[in-house]
Amino acid sequence: MNRLVEQLKRSLAVAEKNIKIYYLKGPVIVFGLVFPLFLALAYVIGRNIALEEFLPGLVGMTAFFTATSVGPSIVPWETRSRTLERLLCCPVALWAIILGDVLSSFLFGLIISVIPLALTLVLGIQLLNFVALLLGLVIANLCFAALGVLLSAYPPTDVPATTMMLSSLVKFPLVFISGVFVPVEQLPPWGVAIASISPLTYFTDMVRQLFMGKGVYPIAVDFLALTAFTVAFALATIKLHERTMTKRLS
Amino acid sequence: MGRAIVVRELTKRYGNVTAVDRISFEVEKGEVFGFLGPNGAGKTTTIRILTGLIKPDGGKAFVAGYDVLEDPIEVKQRIGVVPEVSNAYVDLTAWENLLLVGRLCGVPSQELKENAIKLLKEFGLYEVKDKLVRAFSKGMKQRLLLCMALINDPEVLFLDEPTSGLDVESARLLREKIVEYNKSGKTIFLSTHNMEEANQLCHRVAVINHGRIAAIDTPENLRAQSAELQYVEAAFDKVADLRELSENPNVVKVLSVGNKVRVYTVDPHTVVEFLVEFAKRNGLRILTLNTMMPSLEDVFLKLVKGREAVIR
Repeated sequence: MNRLVEQLKRSLAVAEKNIKIYYLKGPVIVFGLVFPLFLALAYVIGRNIALEEFLPGLVGMTAFFTATSVGPSIVPWETRSRTLERLLCCPVALWAIILGDVLSSFLFGLIISVIPLALTLVLGIQLLNFVALLLGLVIANLCFAALGVLLSAYPPTDVPATTMMLSSLVKFPLVFISGVFVPVEQLPPWGVAIASISPLTYFTDMVRQLFMGKGVYPIAVDFLALTAFTVAFALATIKLHERTMTKRLS
Repeated sequence: MGRAIVVRELTKRYGNVTAVDRISFEVEKGEVFGFLGPNGAGKTTTIRILTGLIKPDGGKAFVAGYDVLEDPIEVKQRIGVVPEVSNAYVDLTAWENLLLVGRLCGVPSQELKENAIKLLKEFGLYEVKDKLVRAFSKGMKQRLLLCMALINDPEVLFLDEPTSGLDVESARLLREKIVEYNKSGKTIFLSTHNMEEANQLCHRVAVINHGRIAAIDTPENLRAQSAELQYVEAAFDKVADLRELSENPNVVKVLSVGNKVRVYTVDPHTVVEFLVEFAKRNGLRILTLNTMMPSLEDVFLKLVKGREAVIR
């Protein structure tokens, strides 16, 4: 038990280091802030869409892009600068390092997610359950952060741009199939089936229900699905990084 | 004394290449152990296995009493590592780097700050502790790496080419510190290309070549074992015909180096007498005459490249 607590403390040190170093890196700002902002503007400007209707998608997209923007760049960056070797020389388990990376991505997503949330409060938009939305934001950002770090596991490259590009190839299609721009209930059955494999679907569905009272799945299912995706991504991240770590060091 | 490092039949393969081939050795507690070898010999791979970075394909290794494979975290808790290439965070300050490594080693907060201040002062970095490492010179980075390796007061220090490419002053400071920390009880595992450094610092050295240990002994014993690499060096006032020297049965090889003649032999005493006779017979004046023991570099070259490469 003591060992576990010690390792968790060391995860926090890794996360704190990531916050200091990576939050202001160019790719993180571009993929985490600029992209979702412009995507949202491109969708909204010139179209007659009620804010209540678009806000669930905006909240989902913001959380998704920001929480997945830090993770893919950390490990390649640290491979290139050889600081990964420094971390691995310290008495920190690989899972604790990965957890630190996930935590720093999670916090970035959570902090930025507060912006659209604050917008709803400023504009006086009614929310059915504020606490549920906060909990949803926490689990969704955790899930997306784990996905972000997972996307850095393969290929074991030391070029951050490579993982950023590959992660974009995964992230953009997910945004389009997850009910961000078109609600899932308006999709054809095959679209709903595809949407069900995206974790973002469950978050936008949850937010839509909390804002507008309508959705595809019960909120409990959304929570469970996000939790299951989080666990699966976290386990896959640790396993995949374990397998590719030797290649990064050679 | 006990052993700080025990290595048994350690093997590591990368595809078809065997980087480390069933090597075995032991390092006593409090010893400075040199690990010499040409590029690609397996030095860094061995250090990476011993520091828990990569897993071997075979064999066993124990560091500070713990199995590297079974208890890598316990091993890492008791070691400090200075890698070949600087790996401090250049976007953090020296102070932040030290605190980060200290926290990752689980050093309690107050003790960590005290250790960090002490080390930064000791290595002449206290005044620049709040500067980003990006602005540091190579020597400063290397000193910081040693501070980072020492922040958790480790039992064993692994140093991979610590003075490579450093200016004379920084290299000397690091060597002095290595001696100082060794005297305070730390075991030092030193990988180096610098034979003079190994000669000065190491109690024993291992020479690794093509992934296998070619020799392990004290620098003195290694030199003594290579008696054929002893030579007598003489300078004459005139150019002499050296063919007669080569024909002497006690002479292994004759080499002209500038205005000097270098006569390799296992019996320097007889060769000195012979050279004096040779000078008399040929009307030569001896300007200098020295008997030379083989350097560690000579022994190293003999072990890694064979005798012919040395006595060309």
